[in-house]
Amino acid sequence: MLKTFRSFRNWPIYLNTLPDHLMTLGVSAIPIVILTGLFTGMVTSVQAAYQFESGFIPTWYVGGIVGEAVFLELGPMITGLVMTGRVGATIAAEIGTMRVSEQIDALETLSFDPISFLIMPRILASAIMFPVMVVMADLFGILGGYIGAISSMEVTAFDFVRGLKDWFHPWDAIFGIIKAFAFGITITSIACYFGYYTTGGAQGVGKTTTTTVVVSCLAILILDYVLAALLL
Amino acid sequence: MIEIRNISKSFNDKAVLKDVTFTINKGECVSIIGQSGIGKSVLLKSIIGLLEIDTGSITVDGINLSSISFQSLQNLRAKFGMVFQFGALFDSMTVKENIGLALQRRMKVDKLEIDAIIMKSLEEVNMKETYDKMPSELSGGMKKRVGIARAIALSPEYMLYDEPTTGLDPIMTDSINKLISKFHKKGSATSVIVTHEMKTVKDVAQRVIMLYDGRVQFDGSTEDFFHSEDPIVKAFLNGDSTYKQEKEIV
Repeated sequence: MLKTFRSFRNWPIYLNTLPDHLMTLGVSAIPIVILTGLFTGMVTSVQAAYQFESGFIPTWYVGGIVGEAVFLELGPMITGLVMTGRVGATIAAEIGTMRVSEQIDALETLSFDPISFLIMPRILASAIMFPVMVVMADLFGILGGYIGAISSMEVTAFDFVRGLKDWFHPWDAIFGIIKAFAFGITITSIACYFGYYTTGGAQGVGKTTTTTVVVSCLAILILDYVLAALLL
Repeated sequence: MIEIRNISKSFNDKAVLKDVTFTINKGECVSIIGQSGIGKSVLLKSIIGLLEIDTGSITVDGINLSSISFQSLQNLRAKFGMVFQFGALFDSMTVKENIGLALQRRMKVDKLEIDAIIMKSLEEVNMKETYDKMPSELSGGMKKRVGIARAIALSPEYMLYDEPTTGLDPIMTDSINKLISKFHKKGSATSVIVTHEMKTVKDVAQRVIMLYDGRVQFDGSTEDFFHSEDPIVKAFLNGDSTYKQEKEIV
């Protein structure tokens, strides 16, 4: 980590690789983020409708419930977990393979700083793209919630939006974006760390990838709690 | 000049190098030989600062590797070119990008000039037609040739070769040997070749350093090496595995 921060001064040299990482880590993950966001919102609505069967809770509350759940927790968390599997595993496998096939050594012999060249652009790309991904997950989560609500219970579009607006606090959405930023840096740092210190050939790369996914999932669950306790 | 003084290196309590000392003079073509796992590649990687030694010192042109900053080490590495055992080409880049990567960074010249250097380097290793290919499309021998092209493109003062002919067929081995000789003579670079291929030693090296049990067992001319009466050298040259076993039993 110390080496990573020390490499900040070399950023200008390596920033030209940033657009590629923005594409790989972010743009190409958009379809999966849209799908997970959409279905997360839909299932939240359907489950809310199931809870409303008693008739004591007004149906227009569903918009508020979906909004709060998506902005505060489901958007960032589901995106974080999906991106752990997609981005974390990819980074760990890529850098791990470069390590065991001596490509990182080759970079060093060519006078490159591998931390600046391989790790910093990826962390920066994740810090930029994870909040974007979460905003998309939030939007499609709300859309999914709306679809789920009108298809599974007697609620109009007006009612859904009324609930959403009444319960909405801008801080909730900002909190979700802060979480996304933190998750992005955490997942990428863990993946880069385990990838960079991979040993043991193909088996080592497999082990690194598994470890990265497990540790990242646990880390974002813990971070989720810490951020909620600190900021809410 | 590369001066190696009393260096030792261990991995998990296993001593690989024990008090190794020798000097490589400018313009020499030295072959470091020894059995597999004896520490030849460790020694080569220590020379370029990829591995940190436990004790002793490595000095390149008067600069002690252990006492310089990371930035200074990077600057020092600009004097080196290294060819890896399996090529170590960047698999997400084409052959052209592999060679051009360091050129763009190190040389303050325009893109056209960089392209010309890339093509010239590829031409030197007879690989011009592969410039737009990905490393996954190349054979083992081709990867090593491109690895050599990547190293020579930077016109280094020191060329380090890590098992450049291991695993290649005799024709490709001969071809790589001729390339190494050609660049050594043409570029007047100091060449250090880690190998256990006797043909490479015979065809290319002027001097042989043989490692045995973590120490320098032989250091002399190639001719003297092949006529050495040292039982360990003779056992190595004859491929006699019983020598070590007998010694261990005693």
